[in-house]
Amino acid sequence: MTLLRHTPKEITERSALTINPAKTCQPIGAMYAALGIHGCLPHSHGSQGCCAYHRSALTRHYKEPVSAATSSFTEGASVFGGQANLLQAIENIFTVYEPEIIAVHTTCLSETIGDDLNQIRDKAQKEGKIPAGKHVIGASTPSYVGSHVTGFSNMVKSAVAQLAESTGHKNGKVNILPGWVEPSDMEEIKRLATLVGVDSILLPDTSGVLNGPLSGEYKMFPEGGTTVEEIKATGDAIGTLALGEWCSADAARLLDSQFKVPCKVLDMPFGLKATDRFIDALRTVAGVSVPNEINTERGQLVDLISDMHQYFYHKKVALVGDPDQLIAMTEFLVSIDMLPVHIVTGTPGKAFERRIREITKELPCEVNVKAKGDMFLLHQWIKNEPVDLLLGNTYCKYIARDEDIPFVRFGFPILDRVGHQYFPSVGYKGGLRLLEKILGVLLDRKDRDDPEETFELVL
Amino acid sequence: MAKTKHRLVKWEPTAIKEELLSKYPPKVARKRAKQILINEAQENETPEIQANVRTIPGIITMRGCTYAGCKGVILGPTRDIVNITHGPIGCGFYSWLTRRNQTDATAEGAENYMPYCFSTDMQDQDIIFGGEKKLEKAIQEAYDTFHPKAIAIFATCPVGLIGDDIHAVAKKMKEKFGDCNVFAFSCEGYKGVSQSAGHHIANNQIFKHVVGENDADKPGEYKINLLGEYNIGGDGFEIDRILKKCGISNIATFSGNSTYDQFASAHVADLNCVMCHRSINYVADMLETKFGIPWIKVNFIGAEATAKSLRKIAQYFGDKKLIEKVEAVIAEEMPLVDAVRDDVRTRTEGKTAMLFVGGSRAHHYQELFAEIGMKTLSAGYEFAHRDDYEGREVIPDLKVDADSRNIEEIEVNADPERYSPRKPAEEIAKLEAAGYKFKHYDGMIPEMDKGTIVIDDLNQYEAEKLVELLHPDIFCAGIKEKFSIQKLGVPMKQLHSYDSGGPYAGFSGAINFYKEIDRLVNSRVWSYMKAPWQENPELSATYVWE
Repeated sequence: MTLLRHTPKEITERSALTINPAKTCQPIGAMYAALGIHGCLPHSHGSQGCCAYHRSALTRHYKEPVSAATSSFTEGASVFGGQANLLQAIENIFTVYEPEIIAVHTTCLSETIGDDLNQIRDKAQKEGKIPAGKHVIGASTPSYVGSHVTGFSNMVKSAVAQLAESTGHKNGKVNILPGWVEPSDMEEIKRLATLVGVDSILLPDTSGVLNGPLSGEYKMFPEGGTTVEEIKATGDAIGTLALGEWCSADAARLLDSQFKVPCKVLDMPFGLKATDRFIDALRTVAGVSVPNEINTERGQLVDLISDMHQYFYHKKVALVGDPDQLIAMTEFLVSIDMLPVHIVTGTPGKAFERRIREITKELPCEVNVKAKGDMFLLHQWIKNEPVDLLLGNTYCKYIARDEDIPFVRFGFPILDRVGHQYFPSVGYKGGLRLLEKILGVLLDRKDRDDPEETFELVL
Repeated sequence: MAKTKHRLVKWEPTAIKEELLSKYPPKVARKRAKQILINEAQENETPEIQANVRTIPGIITMRGCTYAGCKGVILGPTRDIVNITHGPIGCGFYSWLTRRNQTDATAEGAENYMPYCFSTDMQDQDIIFGGEKKLEKAIQEAYDTFHPKAIAIFATCPVGLIGDDIHAVAKKMKEKFGDCNVFAFSCEGYKGVSQSAGHHIANNQIFKHVVGENDADKPGEYKINLLGEYNIGGDGFEIDRILKKCGISNIATFSGNSTYDQFASAHVADLNCVMCHRSINYVADMLETKFGIPWIKVNFIGAEATAKSLRKIAQYFGDKKLIEKVEAVIAEEMPLVDAVRDDVRTRTEGKTAMLFVGGSRAHHYQELFAEIGMKTLSAGYEFAHRDDYEGREVIPDLKVDADSRNIEEIEVNADPERYSPRKPAEEIAKLEAAGYKFKHYDGMIPEMDKGTIVIDDLNQYEAEKLVELLHPDIFCAGIKEKFSIQKLGVPMKQLHSYDSGGPYAGFSGAINFYKEIDRLVNSRVWSYMKAPWQENPELSATYVWE
């Protein structure tokens, strides 16, 4: 019996009903970004359910404590405004949890009633509710605009807009905005920058925060995260590398226009070519030659692609996820001669479809792509044009089982597997891991389905 | 085996309470002091606890919202209703399959919409111009694509603010379709102070729009409804197995593994058995008032509790055949339970637990811990009211505050045609005289030891402090609390959705739970917190070859 048994093969246009969304709402992205600031307590300004849901979703994905506070609106606050709740919350948070910084984001509730975060923050400051040397920043993240990806971007932008400073002296550092990737990916991006010899400020940086050790101690604010001092210093950097147009470009452009920190917007470094461009940009910024260690890592990835090419060649893939990740992933699949044929992201934006069309324009097959799509549509596409591989978050497992498709978990949320917190998918090493996972499921399938006479030990 | 860490420091409960409150600003401390109670456990001397009051802004709470209680908890486990969340995408997304409600839809032709998430995905123009048109269209699209027997609409925060009349839209579409019941829930997240308000809104609408819709008689003897059971990790399957074995017919479970028709037929049952008192006690009252079905409190968490509940059901029907069958089933099931329990108990005896969940689970699971010799040091509810702590006697004294006044109370009268008392008054009186309790719940406090600490709406700071001070061998709460507790080196068992595993109800469930707790409290991993060089930081002076 199929799980998604009510999904018809025939596709009818839907304009009002979203079924099985490929995105979620802005505040959760803002919360994730805030967790990548050292000593930061994210705060959700709205009713308490939003905060509970976001904490639960992030906890299930990262398998780590996720602390965040809420303004706990009841009906009264919803009618008269949430100022009193937020002022009280700021005071309680600094007294009880002693964070360095509170990063407030709005919800659809506080946005709809029109609460002004800056005005409330100024009032809190005047009333002495923000201790000396501590900070409160805010981002506007109504849930009825954009998606979790834009929420992430908004919080990163708010962090630099409200904290970055320009002293007039360049500090020789390069800002790297990694976008919504895993803590392990952030760690890998730092490693690559260090290897190339770039002194970087990574913002945000959830490594060490959302992949921490078990040691018998609980720290609400672990060692990791970009410090407020570092965020201040982004205004004095010699340049910014923004990874991902959707996740990181807004903050980078703001640093450029406001503090004259020139920026370059790159794709997220998933796969061979995007990583090449990232390393090339690092090299250019630092004015150094690429160390041999990186050439070796690159060569290993190329080696694996050539060794196993027969198993990838012209295999059809369906994929769903966040736009920045999908763009780089689609390019990677094309670069190894796979055929990404169905691509859906829930995050709106016409530019996504344009980029995907560009990347896939030479493929010898039709490519379905939709920015404002959902996973119900993706499933219908698959029913009409079956694929050899499915890439996406955990919710794809229902499609994978129903249609019997090899499946690699990728993106957010991954609720039923581990590894994403610890092993990177970015860079050449990440490319090796992605390939290993893809090969693993394709070869498992071959071993499962090969008839007795062609079942072979050596592949 | 792991090193046992019996750190039962001689903390006085009053000192613990003081310590929990010491860091708060004075206003917060005053409020929290009323929600933390040191249990005296003496008859009629239990002091009052404050519950079902607002969460304090900025204090990291375990609670969720009204929408979560309505859509996530109550309607989530019904498989053949298309549940459309009217609002921005997040609310629908987060309540999509995350509660481990299992359902059995394997019957030929059975509908199952639980793996689907339906939302109107409101955009800013819908907030500005109103979302009713989009909702109407979404309902139409759902109907055209799936032709379900019912469509339910759930309001999220902004829907209430902009004033979309979801009930009018539902009514219009129901009339238009003719063969599909459409109804709506005003369960905006900001209503009430916790999920509890959402349960209330959900139950009221199900009672108004579905219960009693199908008058066809149901086959079977000894017909009951099971109220307040959500089939997390398959609990409902195990309870159904046992009931069936005893020859008891379960007409409807509210709402684990449930279908539209079960709700619609619930009024033909002869007894209502209430599991989670908090989430549903008022439905039991309404079913009694309208249809004449009496209700009793049951508990299928714990082997002894299960046996007791089965006997209670049998005693109600008073039929010798049923009483004997129930005894035979208990006699058949218990030996295996006893064997596992006795084995596990050798490794769990004397260990300690803390439970902070839901609105009955923190009570019920204490039975299971007691069965393996574990003591509950502290417990409390996330969204209970005072009656869940202190018993139903306090209900007349409960003050209705502004937040509760927003939640609809429905007026119920005896149904002119269908009301029929299930037992003659004298039979009920006879049962009561023999000590049988109808419409009764003692609450959690009387069953807890003297000196234990009962805390309402526990927050992260207090949880961490409690663990630090009392170092329990296991802590039970939800996913948000899981990893911060485990970082402290204490195993955490989720009792909302059980992490993995289950069922934990009934006889097989008890066995599963004993083994699970044995695994958790005796895992070797808890002995690895410190590396050898951290345990013994001094460098020895000499270099020794062994």
